[in-house]
Amino acid sequence: MVTVMELYRLLPGTNCKKCGESTCMAFAVALLSRKKNIPECIPILLENFKKQKEKLELLLLPSAGAEETGMIIHPELCTGCGNCVVACPVDVANDPRGAAVGCAPTNDKVIFKVKDGKVVALNIKECRRFGKNRVLCYACIDPCPAGAIEFV
Amino acid sequence: MVTCPGCALLCDDIEVVVENNRIKETRNTCRRGAARMKGCVNRLAPSVAQKPDDIENAIKKAAAILQNAKSPMLFGWSNSTCEAQLEGIQLAKKMSAIMDDTSSFCQGLLIERILQKKFRTCTLDDIRNKADVLVYWGSDAQDSQPRHLSRFSYFPRGELRQRGYEEDRIAIAIDVRESNTAKICKGHFYRIPPKGDREFILALMDALSGKVPAYEPKKMLELAAILKKAEFGAIFVGLGLTYSIKDDFDILIPLADKLPNFNIMPMVGHYNMRGFNEALFKETGFVNRVKFDGKAIHDSRYSIVEALRKSIDALLVVGSDPLSSLPRSVIPHLANIPVICIDPCVTLTSKIAAVTIPCAVSGVETGGSTVRMDGKRVELSKCIESNYLNDKEILARLMEAL
Ligand code: SF4
Ligand code: SF4
Ligand code: SF4
Ligand code: SF4
Repeated sequence: MVTVMELYRLLPGTNCKKCGESTCMAFAVALLSRKKNIPECIPILLENFKKQKEKLELLLLPSAGAEETGMIIHPELCTGCGNCVVACPVDVANDPRGAAVGCAPTNDKVIFKVKDGKVVALNIKECRRFGKNRVLCYACIDPCPAGAIEFV
Repeated sequence: MVTCPGCALLCDDIEVVVENNRIKETRNTCRRGAARMKGCVNRLAPSVAQKPDDIENAIKKAAAILQNAKSPMLFGWSNSTCEAQLEGIQLAKKMSAIMDDTSSFCQGLLIERILQKKFRTCTLDDIRNKADVLVYWGSDAQDSQPRHLSRFSYFPRGELRQRGYEEDRIAIAIDVRESNTAKICKGHFYRIPPKGDREFILALMDALSGKVPAYEPKKMLELAAILKKAEFGAIFVGLGLTYSIKDDFDILIPLADKLPNFNIMPMVGHYNMRGFNEALFKETGFVNRVKFDGKAIHDSRYSIVEALRKSIDALLVVGSDPLSSLPRSVIPHLANIPVICIDPCVTLTSKIAAVTIPCAVSGVETGGSTVRMDGKRVELSKCIESNYLNDKEILARLMEAL
């Protein structure tokens, strides 16, 4: 997992505010939470920061695979136990006869399904961490003993 | 919908995508189940005396070995269908053989007592619908039966448990290590020293009777209070607990008596171990370790470990790998007698076997009946075509050849 400090160290460090943030540190935080993108830091686009920029892109790459909610699933850690499928409040609401009662999902409105023994995420926009009334939901992270789901 | 033979939960809500007569994708199985359903790493081939042969010869040779043996043993059975198990019992009777299964060094003690009705028990569906207090004792269900918590015990909503696990259920783990199941039980994990189960049981019984227990009094009283309040409780007895108290197993009975709202659930690993235990119990009154000799005699001498050390002179293994699961001390004995191995896959045991007979993968290439850990019968399905005989057919052929 990338830290703010790792990102910060690669930024120009001049606090020039061209990115719209008041400091480079604030920009690093915004990068990590995906509120800003690398090119919004104008100075880093210059040739002499090429290496740093590439490194930043590399660091942020794994989460480029993340959905807009910031969800990342680590399939290599997932055991396919289905705890997240059954515990996610969206799955419970959208599939009361399937996922909610511990069975295989009976429709395509759920967020989690298990394929080949590993979880896959669908309908990610339904996630409660997304949209206007978002809440900081942990209902899929807490029941996962494998640490296979994370939000960045 | 098909059934997964990956463990004794026998999840029957599985979908498979079949392409060119192979399972291309499984849906809803856990990782273990997916691996199981996609087949062996190495498929077993028929062989005699370590040389490739055809299946007819292999069966003939196996029958000859069994016929020449004075004291043959039939072992395995927990990965076979009920039909194959019944055939195996008939074969054992016909040959006056010794018969044992993996429950001998697993949950046999507990299943025997459940079949003798010494414990209150219930179905997994009852647990989903009603249970409010769950005790995983010496059991890492999360790893051994990966969908246990999500399908039946902790996470799902049920008839009387509509509000979700956080409000409606309390999960407790008692174990020697912080297993993945214990991690989920967060605030209710009771760590005990190895072999500490007996002391824990005695202290808990004291606490339940209102006495101040000698061992960890504060924690014990707190646990007793939670258990007493349960409307419908379940104790999932894992191998860890069974092993630890095996010399004084009946100590669990007075504890269960003190908890009238609780049910005991044996946590079985292999998908049809309970099926074998039930079939043999029905036939003989014992769940394992018998010798057929006119009638069935039950004795610890007939456990696989003891029998290998002493009496037997031929071993038929069905769907099991004793070479990898038994204590090292008995392995030399295994190497000294002819072993016949019936299995879909290459195993350590098949590598030393005098005769190998490949069979179809139950639940994938052939159907059949099985018994879930709670005693419910579940049918396996045939998902793809196969030319392999199933284990029941092979045993029937052996019977004919004798
Ligand atoms: S534009 Fe770049 S250099 Fe300027 S403050 Fe923002 S991050 Fe720092
Ligand atoms: S992500 Fe975690 S909780 Fe969900 S199925 Fe995989 S291991 Fe289980
Ligand atoms: S964060 Fe909550 S709503 Fe979003 S996927 Fe996880 S459990 Fe479901
Ligand atoms: S929990 Fe057991 S039966 Fe269910 S899918 Fe996993 S291995 Fe198969």
